[in-house]
Amino acid sequence: METFTFSRAADPAEAIMAGAAASTAQQGAEVRFVAGGTTLIDLMKLDVETPKRVVDINRLPLAKVERAPDGGLKIGALVRNSDLAHSADVQRDYPVLSEALLSGASGQLRNMATTGGNLLQRTRCIYFRNTDTPCNKREPGSGCSAIEGFNRNLAVLGTSEQCIASNPSDMNVALTALEATIVIQGVQGERRVPIGEFFLLPGDTPNRETVMQPGDLITHVLLPPPHPGARSHYLKLRDRASYEFALASAAVVLASEGGAIRHARVALGGVGTRPWRSPEAEAALLSKPATRATFAAASEAAVRGAKPYSQNGFKIELAKRCLTSALATATA
Amino acid sequence: MASNELTRRDMLTVAAVGTGALVGGSFSSEVASAAEPAKTGSGMMDISLRVNGAEHRLSLDPRTTLLDTLREHLHLTGTKKGCDHGQCGACTVHIDGRRVNSCLTLAAMAEGAEITTIEGLGDPDHLHPMQRAFLEHDGYQCGYCTSGQIMSATAMLKEQWGESDAEIKEAMSGNICRCGAYKNILAAIRQARKA
Ligand SMILES: Cc1cc2nc3c(=O)[nH]c(=O)nc-3n(C[C@H](O)[C@H](O)[C@H](O)COP(=O)(O)OP(=O)(O)OC[C@H]3O[C@@H](n4cnc5c(N)ncnc54)[C@H](O)[C@@H]3O)c2cc1C
Ligand code: SF4
Ligand code: FES
Ligand code: FES
Repeated sequence: METFTFSRAADPAEAIMAGAAASTAQQGAEVRFVAGGTTLIDLMKLDVETPKRVVDINRLPLAKVERAPDGGLKIGALVRNSDLAHSADVQRDYPVLSEALLSGASGQLRNMATTGGNLLQRTRCIYFRNTDTPCNKREPGSGCSAIEGFNRNLAVLGTSEQCIASNPSDMNVALTALEATIVIQGVQGERRVPIGEFFLLPGDTPNRETVMQPGDLITHVLLPPPHPGARSHYLKLRDRASYEFALASAAVVLASEGGAIRHARVALGGVGTRPWRSPEAEAALLSKPATRATFAAASEAAVRGAKPYSQNGFKIELAKRCLTSALATATA
Repeated sequence: MASNELTRRDMLTVAAVGTGALVGGSFSSEVASAAEPAKTGSGMMDISLRVNGAEHRLSLDPRTTLLDTLREHLHLTGTKKGCDHGQCGACTVHIDGRRVNSCLTLAAMAEGAEITTIEGLGDPDHLHPMQRAFLEHDGYQCGYCTSGQIMSATAMLKEQWGESDAEIKEAMSGNICRCGAYKNILAAIRQARKA
């Protein structure tokens, strides 16, 4: 681990000011906030993250889950994943989020991991985590070791010739299906970014993963009011039953009326370079009866355009089955 | 593995854990550089930690994890280092009553909190019911994962989990046992829950 200075932010302004001194908030940032530490400390031990300054934000007053005036939910950036999963509001109105959180990591890690940190967790691509190997995300221009290498756990949707890393988060998939908004406090005040615009595709700059700028502090995540009558579900498929990242996952929110689907939100995990919203699957569901045939057609639509690599082609079929099954469960 | 106090039995176990504990999950290929010790730097930090009810004033490199602080500086070696990356649960301690992985916590982050380790849970004359249950059910073989299992289990019983064996297994999945003593661990937790 490289050396750094450690300080504790007393208020958001202090954190933002410290962060603003960095040249980037993306890969290579010289200043990092630490929340749960489960991504940051892990990557600092591997010398993948080498901040000169670490700012502890755990004392900031951002650890509450509150009802928003519009009937939605306002989730503080420092709410721990375990507390969010067990929040009565989330369990009642957004069960897909609770299921996604509880499917992630372990009991210990969920007690540490925060909403803000989970949004910004990094890929589990083994070459990104190993400084001895070329990786465009870690070291732009060095090449991608995964395209011809170990890519079994990487993406088939949204990939580029520079990077095929998957976004590993479960929470982000549920937040995508729930159309969350990320509230960011920065040097120029507050911005509200829809989650669909928060994550960037790798393209030619896989080192840039989000819209985060130096100084930006995520303060909250907002959920819109629950859709009336909607039912939701998160299904995660992986190599072992627990304590393992998704090979494929699906978050769905559905409402039916008069025998037809009237509201559909679909997001896939484990298969995309960012949490993968599928408007194609949603269009294939709308106005259709909630039948196995409809679900199969939506799943087919969701993976149209997916690109298999040497080891991960199986994920295309797996994602389809995962989505079909999640849709069936949500409407059962 | 940076400890000087390791027994031979520990060493054998560490070797086993280091090479094979996670095979079968996609973590396996990530464990390689796990046990590398932190390089020593010049800028030390004064840190006070409250561990098992006692206050400790320490001068530490800011890179020092809570795990290394407990083992190397406070000589509380009951807490074990398996992977050093959040992947095994051997380092589980309680911070303000909640179970966490001490390997991914900087000591500086734990300042002001109440830290409990296996040494603070009970002692040979006054065993915690969970410790007694592990003894009675033989909830271990080599014993390397055991303090983490017990710390995890005691905190888990205060969390919102159901009664079934499946729920216990899921709740305890963050603690890997290289010896595969899971069956007896489950039996021990079932007994302690009734106590
Ligand atoms: C062994 C293991 C298994 C795991 N399994 C899963 C799994 O199955 N599913 C899953 O989804 N996740 C899994 N995870 C990942 C885990 O969920 C994330 O590490 C965690 O959510 C990150 O949150 P944190 O608070 O610990 O982040 P930190 O490590 O504290 O921070 C991560 C990044 O976010 C930045 N940051 C944090 N908070 C803010 C903020 N408020 N504003 C701006 N920047 C901020 C930090 O600067 C840092 O760059 C696993 C992790 C481990 C170690
Ligand atoms: S897939 Fe992306 S993260 Fe993995 S080696 Fe290639 S560039 Fe790096
Ligand atoms: S030592 Fe393995 S989880 Fe901390
Ligand atoms: S690792 Fe040996 S008893 Fe669990």
